[in-house]
Amino acid sequence: MPADYLDWLRREGRIVIVGASLAGLRAAETLRAEGFAGELTLIGDEPYEPYDRPPLSKAVLLGKADPLHTELPRRREIDAKWRLGVPASALDMTAKRVRLADGDEVEYDRLLIATGVRARPWPKEAEAQLDGVFVVRTRGDAAALYRRLKAGPRRVLIIGAGFAGSEIASACREMGLAVTVAERAGGPLVGALGGVIGSVSAELYHENGVDLRTGVMVTGLEGDSVGRVKAAHLSDGSVVETDLVVVSLGSMRNTEWLTGSGLGAGPRGIACDAGCRAFDFRGIVTDDIFVAGDVARSPHALFGYQFLSLEHWGNAVAQAEIAAHNMISPSSDRRPHLWVPAFWSSQFRVNIKSVGVPPMGEQIMITQGSLAERRFVGVYGFQGRIIAAVSFDNTRWLEFYQREIERGAPFPVEYPTVDRRPEGRQPVPADFPDPSLPTHGPTVTLSGYSPTDRQLVFTPAH
Amino acid sequence: MRLVVDLNKCQGYAQCAFLAPDVFAMHGEESLVYNPRAEEEQRERVARAVAACPVQAITADGLDGAGESAASGREASDAR
Repeated sequence: MPADYLDWLRREGRIVIVGASLAGLRAAETLRAEGFAGELTLIGDEPYEPYDRPPLSKAVLLGKADPLHTELPRRREIDAKWRLGVPASALDMTAKRVRLADGDEVEYDRLLIATGVRARPWPKEAEAQLDGVFVVRTRGDAAALYRRLKAGPRRVLIIGAGFAGSEIASACREMGLAVTVAERAGGPLVGALGGVIGSVSAELYHENGVDLRTGVMVTGLEGDSVGRVKAAHLSDGSVVETDLVVVSLGSMRNTEWLTGSGLGAGPRGIACDAGCRAFDFRGIVTDDIFVAGDVARSPHALFGYQFLSLEHWGNAVAQAEIAAHNMISPSSDRRPHLWVPAFWSSQFRVNIKSVGVPPMGEQIMITQGSLAERRFVGVYGFQGRIIAAVSFDNTRWLEFYQREIERGAPFPVEYPTVDRRPEGRQPVPADFPDPSLPTHGPTVTLSGYSPTDRQLVFTPAH
Repeated sequence: MRLVVDLNKCQGYAQCAFLAPDVFAMHGEESLVYNPRAEEEQRERVARAVAACPVQAITADGLDGAGESAASGREASDAR
C-alpha cells in the first residue's frame, strides 16, 4: 500500500464500522487516538449507543444495575456519524458500499465489521412466541426478563447450562425462585471447561437448590389457551411445569447480511488473518475490510494456528484495538492479534475465570487448592504443554499461568513448592464432550485446519 | 456517570468496594458486582476507586486521567 494513500486515508478517508457495540466503539476510539482525522461512521442495528452486555445476566438480575443503563463509558471523543437502529443489509465489495436495511447506502474507503452475535432462538418458532419464553442478549431482553422474575414466577426453566444459563440460574436462586435447568451434556459448563470442572459446577447447582437435569433435551414447550407457556417436555419423558423459560443455547453469528458479498463469511463467522484483515471466499485476504469481536475468526500462533472464534469481552476490546491500528498503518507497522483468550463468570457467588483455550485440553490437573473447597486452579494440557487454566475463586494466580501458556511450558506441571495437598496432583482426562454433538455451545470454537487432525482426507477431483 | 470494569483484570482486591460501596460490592469471595451507571454524587468516590484499583481495571467517563482526577476531586471537596 503506497504511503501517500495511507496519508490520504488518515487525513480525509472514510472509515465505516458496522456494529456499534463494544468492539465497534473501542475501534472507533482507537482510530481517533491514533490520528485518524477522516470521516467515521458507526452503523448499529440496535437503536442505542454502545452498551455493555455482561452485566445483563449478572448485576442486572441481582438488582444492582439498571438494564437500560449499562452504556459504555467513552475513552475519548470519537466525532462519528451514528446510524443506529438500522442494520446493514448488504455489502458491495467492488463499489465499496454498505447497504442499510432502510435502503440507504454508505460508502467507505476502509470497512470494519464488528456485527457480533445474537442469541440462538428456541428452534420451534410457534413455541418461541409463547408468552414467558425469553432469550438474553440485548438490554431489552434483560429488562423484560428482570420484570418477569420480579413478578415471582412459580418455576423458571433454563434451557442450556452454559455460562449465561448458569449465571441466570444463580440470580434466580438469589431471588428465591424455584429453578430447573435442562442441559443436553453431562453437566453444566462442560462445553467450555470439560467434565471435571462441570461436576464441580453441578455440585454448586445442587447446593444452591437448583433442580439440574443433565443428559436431557427439551423436546417441546407447551402453552395454555391464551398463549402463555405452562410446561416443558423433556426427552426422558418428564414434564416440568413452568411459567418462565429462558432459552440459553448459545449464539449465532451475524453474517447473513454478507451472503453473496464474496467475503469469507458464514455461520462460523468471518475468517480473517491475524492482522484482522478479512478473507474473501476464495481465501484471498482483502486490503480494505477488517473484522473484530465475536463475529471474527482468526488464526492464533499459540494454538497451532487454528482459527479461533472467541465470544469474549476482552477479545472484542483487544481485537478492535488491533484492527483499528492496522486499518491506518502501513504493513510494516501492523500488529498481530495474539491476545490470550480470557473470560470470567460469576455464579453462585463463585468467581470463575479462565485463560487459554480449555477445549483444546486433553487432560486437566488441579495444581492449587482443591475441587472440594471450590477454590482451586486447574491446568489443561495438550500434547505435553500447558494450553489453558481455570480458576474458581483464585484469580490472582491466573496471570502466572498465562505466562506459562505463552511460553509453552510443559505439562504435566511440577510446582513442588506450591500448595502441597494430600490428594495428590495427577493429570486426569479433561472430559470434553465430542465437539460434533451440540451442547449449550462453548464460547471458544476451534474451526481451522489443525496439523494434527487426521480425520480429513484430501480427495483430488478427476 | 458511566463506568465499566475489566473483569479479566480485576483480582478482587476490593479497594473500590471500600471506597465507593454504593457503586461497587463484592459478591462472594472474589466476584465484583457494580452499577455501570453511578449516581452523579458518587463521582468523587468513583474517582478514588479508579485511582486506588491495584490493577487499574476501572474505566469511568468524565474523569481525565485517573490519578489526577482523584487528586482534583479531593481538592474540590476540600475547597467546598
